[in-house]
Amino acid sequence: MKAKIRKIATFVEETHTEMGRPVSPPTRKAAAVAVIENPFAGRYVEDLTELMEIGEELGGLLAEKAVAALGIEGPAAESYGKAALVGENGELEHAAAILHPRMGTAVRKVLGKGAALIPSSKKRGGPGAVLDIPLGHKDAAYVRSHFDGMEVSLNDAPRAGEIMVALAVTDSGRPLPRVGGLTKHEIKGEDGLR
Amino acid sequence: MPEVQVRKRLITVEEIFHEGGQPAEKPLKRGAIVAVIANPFAGRYVEDIAGFMDDLKPLGLAMARDLIAALGGDPAAIEGYGKGAIVGSAGELEHGALWHVPGGYAMREALGGAKAIVPSTKKVGGPGARLDVPVTHINASYVRSHFDAMEVGIPDSPRADEMAVILVMTTGPRIHARVGGLKASEIKGEDGLR
Repeated sequence: MKAKIRKIATFVEETHTEMGRPVSPPTRKAAAVAVIENPFAGRYVEDLTELMEIGEELGGLLAEKAVAALGIEGPAAESYGKAALVGENGELEHAAAILHPRMGTAVRKVLGKGAALIPSSKKRGGPGAVLDIPLGHKDAAYVRSHFDGMEVSLNDAPRAGEIMVALAVTDSGRPLPRVGGLTKHEIKGEDGLR
Repeated sequence: MPEVQVRKRLITVEEIFHEGGQPAEKPLKRGAIVAVIANPFAGRYVEDIAGFMDDLKPLGLAMARDLIAALGGDPAAIEGYGKGAIVGSAGELEHGALWHVPGGYAMREALGGAKAIVPSTKKVGGPGARLDVPVTHINASYVRSHFDAMEVGIPDSPRADEMAVILVMTTGPRIHARVGGLKASEIKGEDGLR
C-alpha cells in the first residue's frame, strides 16, 4: 500500500423509527474512514500524483469496508458519497487529488455500476472536526428519496500532517421519504442522472 | 413498565494500526454500539423507575452480541470494556443510571463471565453530545495497558425525550502501551482487580 494508514473506522447507523412511526425495514448508512499520513504536509508540492494513487487504493479499500459493515454485496448498495478532511498542514488541493481523479473508479469496481457522479465535499480542520458526507443515488443522481448526508468525526483525527478520507454507502434512502420526485423504481440508469 | 422503543442504533469500529510508533502486529480494535431509545420518564419526576432495568436486559444482550460480531465474532478476543449513557434534556441523570445493571449484565453474559467492574460514565446532553466512555480490562481493573477510552456520539441524538445507551469493547492494550504496571499476563483473576 502506498497509503500510510494510522487508523480505519467504520460507522453503521440504522433508523428504526422516525417521529414515532416505524421504519421497516430500517434505513441503513455506513461510512468507512481512513486516517492517513499526508505525504505533502507542510510544503508546496506541484505534482500530486502520489495522492491520486492513494485515492485509488482507498476507494477500493473503503468501499469494501463499508459494504462489509452493512453486510451486503457491493451491487446491493443504493447511494454513495465521499469526502476528505485535510489536517492543518495540508492543502484543500490534497483532498481534491485523493477524491477526484481515481477514487471513483475504484469505488465503482466494488459496488458494480454506479452511473451517477459520486457527490463529495472537502475541508480543512483539526482533530474532532466534523465531516458531512453528501449522499446521492449511485445510478441516478436525481432520485429524490436518496438525497441525504452522513456526519462522521474522530476525536483524534486529523492531526496536522494527516488526511481523513471517508466513503459513505447506504442500502436505502431517507426514512419515510415523501417529497415526491424521481423514485428508484423509475430509474432508467443510462446517463447517471435519471 | 413500558416497552423499550428503539429509534436508531449506531455501531462504530476503529482499527488502530499505530500512533506514531511501529505498527503493531495485530491492530487494536475498539468498538461501540449506541441505541437511542425513548425515555419513558422524560418530562416529569417519577419515583419508581427501577423496573425499567429488567426491560432493558434483552436490548443490552442483543447490543453486546452485535458489538462482538462487529469486532470479529469471537468473544474470547474481547479484552476491555466500558459503558455509558447520554440522557436527553427532558430526563434526569438518574435515568442514565438505569443502564448500569442491564449494560453490565449483558456484556458479562455475552463474554462468558468477566470479573472486573465495568467502568462507566453518564451525562445529560443534547443532540450531538459526545461521551468519553472509559475502558478497562474485563478481568482485572488494574491492568495498566488496558486503561483506555472511546468517544462516541450521534449528531441527531439524544432528543429531549430520549436517551442513548452505550456499550464499548476493545480487543487489546493501547497500541503502544509502555508505562508499566500490572500486565494482562500477570492477572490472578480472583477479585476482578488484579
